[in-house]
Amino acid sequence: MNDDIPEPSILDRMRNRLTPDELPTDDRGRMRMVVDSLVLHLHPTKIPDRTLRWTYTWGLGGLAAVLMTILAFTGVILLNNYTPSAPQAYLDILKLNDNVWFGELIRNLHHWSANLLIIIAVLHLIRVFVTGAYRPPRELNWLLGVAMLLLVLGANFTGYLLPWDQLAYWAITVGTGIISYIPLIGNWLTRLILGGPEVSGNTLLNFYSMHIAIIPLIIFGLMSYHFWRVRKDGGLSIPKSLEESETGVEPKMERLTTIPNLVQKELLYTLVWIAVILVFAMLVQAPLEGIANPDISPNPAKAPWYFMGLQEMLLHFHPLVGAIILPGLAITGIILLPFLDINPKNVGVYFRSRRGRALVLLAAGLSLIATPAWVLMDEYLLNWNGWLPTWPSLISNGLIPLAVISLPLILLDDWVRKSFHADTEERVLFIASFLFTAFVVLTIIGIFFRGPGMALYLPWNMPASSH
Amino acid sequence: MSEVNTPNQNLTRRDFLKLTWAVFGGLALLETTGIFLAYLQPRLADGEFGSILNVGTVDKFPPNSVTHITNGRFYIVRLGDGGFLAIYHRCTHLGCTVPWDETQQKFICPCHSSEFDRQGTVKNPPAPRPLDLFPVSIVDGNVMVNTGAPIQRQTYETAQVVYP
Repeated sequence: MNDDIPEPSILDRMRNRLTPDELPTDDRGRMRMVVDSLVLHLHPTKIPDRTLRWTYTWGLGGLAAVLMTILAFTGVILLNNYTPSAPQAYLDILKLNDNVWFGELIRNLHHWSANLLIIIAVLHLIRVFVTGAYRPPRELNWLLGVAMLLLVLGANFTGYLLPWDQLAYWAITVGTGIISYIPLIGNWLTRLILGGPEVSGNTLLNFYSMHIAIIPLIIFGLMSYHFWRVRKDGGLSIPKSLEESETGVEPKMERLTTIPNLVQKELLYTLVWIAVILVFAMLVQAPLEGIANPDISPNPAKAPWYFMGLQEMLLHFHPLVGAIILPGLAITGIILLPFLDINPKNVGVYFRSRRGRALVLLAAGLSLIATPAWVLMDEYLLNWNGWLPTWPSLISNGLIPLAVISLPLILLDDWVRKSFHADTEERVLFIASFLFTAFVVLTIIGIFFRGPGMALYLPWNMPASSH
Repeated sequence: MSEVNTPNQNLTRRDFLKLTWAVFGGLALLETTGIFLAYLQPRLADGEFGSILNVGTVDKFPPNSVTHITNGRFYIVRLGDGGFLAIYHRCTHLGCTVPWDETQQKFICPCHSSEFDRQGTVKNPPAPRPLDLFPVSIVDGNVMVNTGAPIQRQTYETAQVVYP
């Protein structure tokens, strides 16, 4: 030991153990740091400059992970002020809002992050779909993503009941009513989920354990798997311009070190979003209505907003068709996509091709007109039940309208194939854009245009609801 | 599986052990699933809803009246001819509580605007079947309703009405 260098103090020694003396200044050191770090080693040491493009991924997957983290932290501390029993649960929420320091803020943060997560997860799915990034070798990660989206919906739905207010009680009554239409096992399954014949304290306990333990555990497991698969599949898909895709020129790429190029962007993005969510949660209260009352259904009784598209379909179809067959087909289609659409050529090109871009606009435009037109027609003109009074409602109000709306869709597909010479992947894009736009339109109609008795109203003309 | 059932020289000891593992592993999985499902079965306490309720004497309910018995979750409907029906107040569409609209003389569901007449028959979809009934019996002039045994029905029949 040289006498010229003073012995480091115990504080210095502790600090040196916890943080590196200085940040690396050369690429080699930066890459070393990524490999050596528990958190950072999720990333490769170097990444293609193109995947850093803000307008390619929009940071949606990362934002979903940030939201999950906010939800985990706020969720865990909310447990300290909550009893999962009826009616105490509702009283606890009142107490949380009025008597607990920052209680309302934590609840708002949890509530709005959960709602935002649904939107972000769906946008993430759409981004991966329209850039063809689910194609081989990324099929498995697409499936993991779809599974997580469904679990996020499940987490939102189970969390919706916990405040035990009128909103919660009836949204869950209607939502679980849908499950009872699953053929053969529907009634048994509904009873199992509800823990009895109707939404009760048993339901609250069931939903509580799903919401705070089972679903989050599965989601965090799948998240780790999802991130790991991104690395195993060779990182993000590489964005390409139309010209590069058409001429077949391989894009020139430079590989940049993860520190600071990616990490800096991630930190900035995270901080901005946390700020946005915090301000939003301070300004906008999470809804809370009167205590749950099984004797009085509010008018209108609406499902959570993300299920309003589904509820809107229930107004037009027999529940077996509207709530089981159609969503079942949609989910099956989403799951099968990466196994049907395997062309590796234009991965990374938004909307596949020039024709693809035109077709998406066409599909969205057509759907924006056709969907409201169909809703209005079904509301005021069509009356299958009345016209076919002796037929079972599953046929008159289910299969017949299903056939009636399928026919134009098949004709449209045929038209696009013949007149635009669209190939299979462009037709898939066209139909998917049409159906997704239709679902968004139905959701908007359900949220903003449905009033008492589920009749259609203009949003600025909406009569007050009764509770 | 025919390989397993018929004596076969090609079934080696290794194959046999593998098969044994698979069979017993599968059994263990089935048992675990069974225990899990049984554990989650609804646990109903003996309460007001689900038992036989005495809602009062026959003359408490005038003909052509509909009375909501909230703790039993049903309506006592007395028809014009004096017959009784106990109608479960849960909409057969998605489970909302259906209020009786006295002016329109209909049950109108607030959730998806299904409508039912006083016998519970569907007058307006999307409800797929009439409102469920609870068995009514009249004992010593008292109306007794068994809320533990809801009856699903496809149509209204006069045989469903109970007369004092």
